[in-house]
Amino acid sequence: MATSTAPRTSAPSPSRRSLSHYRWPIGYVVVIVGLFLLYHFILPNLVTQVSGPVTAWLPVATLNECLMWAIMALGLNVVVGYAGLLDLGYVAFWALGGYTAGWLMAAPFNWTWDFHLFGAVAKTYPGTHITFWLVILIAGVLCAILGLIIGAPTLRLRGDYLALVTLGFGEVITQFFRNSNDIAGRNLAGGDGGISIIDPIGTGPFGATGLVPPGLSNGAQDNVYKILVLGLLVGACLFISLRIREGRLGRAWLAIREDELAASMMGVPLVRTKLLAYAVGAFFGGIGGVANAAGITGAVSPSGFDFGKSVLVLLMVVLGGMGNVWGVTVGAFLLAWLNSNGLKQIGVQLDSWFGTTLTATLPRYNYIILGLLLVLMMLYRREGLIPEKRTKALMNTPSRTEMESMGAESLEAAAETAAVEKADAKTDAGIAASAAAVSPVLDESTPKREDRS
Amino acid sequence: MSESLADATQIGGTPNSSDGPPPVTPVAPGGNADPVTSNVLYADHITIRFGGLVAVNDVSFAIPPKSVISLIGPNGAGKTTFFNVLTGLYEASEGTVYLNGKDVTPIKPHKRAAMGMARTFQNIRLFGLMTAEENVMVAMHPHLKSGVLSTIFRTPGQRREEREARDTARELLEYVGIGKAEGELARNLSYGDQRRLEIARAMALRPKILLLDEPTAGMNPQESQQFNDFVYRVRDERDMSVLLIEHDMSVIMKISERITVLDRGNLIAEGTPDDIRNNQTVIEAYLGKTGTREGKRNKS
Repeated sequence: MATSTAPRTSAPSPSRRSLSHYRWPIGYVVVIVGLFLLYHFILPNLVTQVSGPVTAWLPVATLNECLMWAIMALGLNVVVGYAGLLDLGYVAFWALGGYTAGWLMAAPFNWTWDFHLFGAVAKTYPGTHITFWLVILIAGVLCAILGLIIGAPTLRLRGDYLALVTLGFGEVITQFFRNSNDIAGRNLAGGDGGISIIDPIGTGPFGATGLVPPGLSNGAQDNVYKILVLGLLVGACLFISLRIREGRLGRAWLAIREDELAASMMGVPLVRTKLLAYAVGAFFGGIGGVANAAGITGAVSPSGFDFGKSVLVLLMVVLGGMGNVWGVTVGAFLLAWLNSNGLKQIGVQLDSWFGTTLTATLPRYNYIILGLLLVLMMLYRREGLIPEKRTKALMNTPSRTEMESMGAESLEAAAETAAVEKADAKTDAGIAASAAAVSPVLDESTPKREDRS
Repeated sequence: MSESLADATQIGGTPNSSDGPPPVTPVAPGGNADPVTSNVLYADHITIRFGGLVAVNDVSFAIPPKSVISLIGPNGAGKTTFFNVLTGLYEASEGTVYLNGKDVTPIKPHKRAAMGMARTFQNIRLFGLMTAEENVMVAMHPHLKSGVLSTIFRTPGQRREEREARDTARELLEYVGIGKAEGELARNLSYGDQRRLEIARAMALRPKILLLDEPTAGMNPQESQQFNDFVYRVRDERDMSVLLIEHDMSVIMKISERITVLDRGNLIAEGTPDDIRNNQTVIEAYLGKTGTREGKRNKS
């Protein structure tokens, strides 16, 4: 591997970069709309022999879950992949996003006022009913603020300490919601039971214009439309992720990831820059939380926001390829699918082939299987499924200075010692004897060559 | 190492007649001008203690505008510690640091950097997985303004700023002589080019003072000569003062306008290269009090 001609990895030229910027949104829209058309128009009109396996392996509900997890993974990617900060408590933002939906899109408590703002339910319903499209922004901003509050004291820490503190904060938030039915005598978020029923996504102000048919309820028949809604959100997250990377802030994050001390000496304010990464990641987390509560589950409860979820999102980022949004999206799809439907379906398939009874057990072993997957990835493909260009360079090739210090110099040193040994062998018979003991190859070859000449 | 020792013996060749070390005072060119305002950087009676250990003891130090100053001393003299106090990495136990006449003692490293103090590192600390151009652009961070939203929506102002920053970065890479390496990842550059890139990166901060920590380490004599010319170019064309920490005496004696010598945390000499060459205390600090001089006599 350590050859003199090092494969040099260079960043794409600006022109190629801008071209790819126009190319991906088109491809992405084609994929999402294609999926929508497939599930909405094509599959129902096919014979069950064809449509059956497709809907069994990837039902619409699972597809929506995958999209929701992609939002989460993209958010954590900003923190972990871009800025290199290990966050083990990302579930906190997912939870706060979900509860924001609970507060603003449901009738959780005996509140005496009713407030409707393009809500997805009839005006006669009690409680607060604000449209999903506004709530995702509110939740995003709330989570970003929570991120700043959590981050301000903790981001002064480095590496392992930061990871431990974020782990703690993730648990604190969950415990807060678990005990939220009696915070100083007030019921803030329903305690163990959480909040239900949360309004569906709805068409909000768009429905009011009459341009789109009303709908997007939580009924199964509307699941297929959620592909478009969640696809739009994922697309926005991808867009923000890609754009924010290329600029003053993205460079500062990368620099901090590479060498914190050097970055600060080059005028990058460490805490401020890290806080921004944290806030952007939290913003995505809030959107993911609302998308989950309103679009997927229709309810929030503390038991859904356990540490395992933080780990799951982290796994998506690591398996997919830290820092590469496409890798992270693929990682999210793969793991969310395995977790939601894939393992069960694999069990069903194995049962039908071998007569085993894995349908029920395989999903229960999900964390064992995911853990095994992670171990295998770390052994054989550390950089992730679709690695970031830079990381790939790091994993596959030694740096120039590394090679110079290992390759060239060690060769020179070897030649030198060999020469010294030879000289010694000529002058001193005793040393020659010991040299012969140490390096028989060298001593054997020398006289042979002399014989020939 | 052997080269610097050889030079040090050369220093000893012309022994100073005076017995005691001359009194050392920080020099502020311009006669009686206030050292705080007349210097780009002025360190006033700095003391640094690590527990019971006094790493730097009551050292005062001045860098006038457009000058090339060197900080030398045997290993463990406290050079790098002092350097780190200037850049704000360590907090001084006592004393004050003035930058452009402003007290920057309580100010954090990144803000000092933005105020006009840029440094390189003894063992290169580039952002290895970023291109040469990106490395330089990172150091423009304090001078750029675009925030989260303008970056996401790529406003005309943000695009113009990025374009200008990229042009400046390329111009700086040309200036240090690695213009063709703009797209290379820093880790793939040769050792010499990495040193150049570090200097380009530091210059991108548009500093008033460039602090270079052993910049000629690993350079061959020819490269060292080029480096001398380069430092003068930087001083004259870019209006920067340069502070060097160096071990290579041949470089130091040629390049410096003034030299400050530290030994075991104390400032033992300050002056022009000729002063330092003939300074008895400096010779003793480098070679020992009597032993080495006797050894030299035996050899010659």
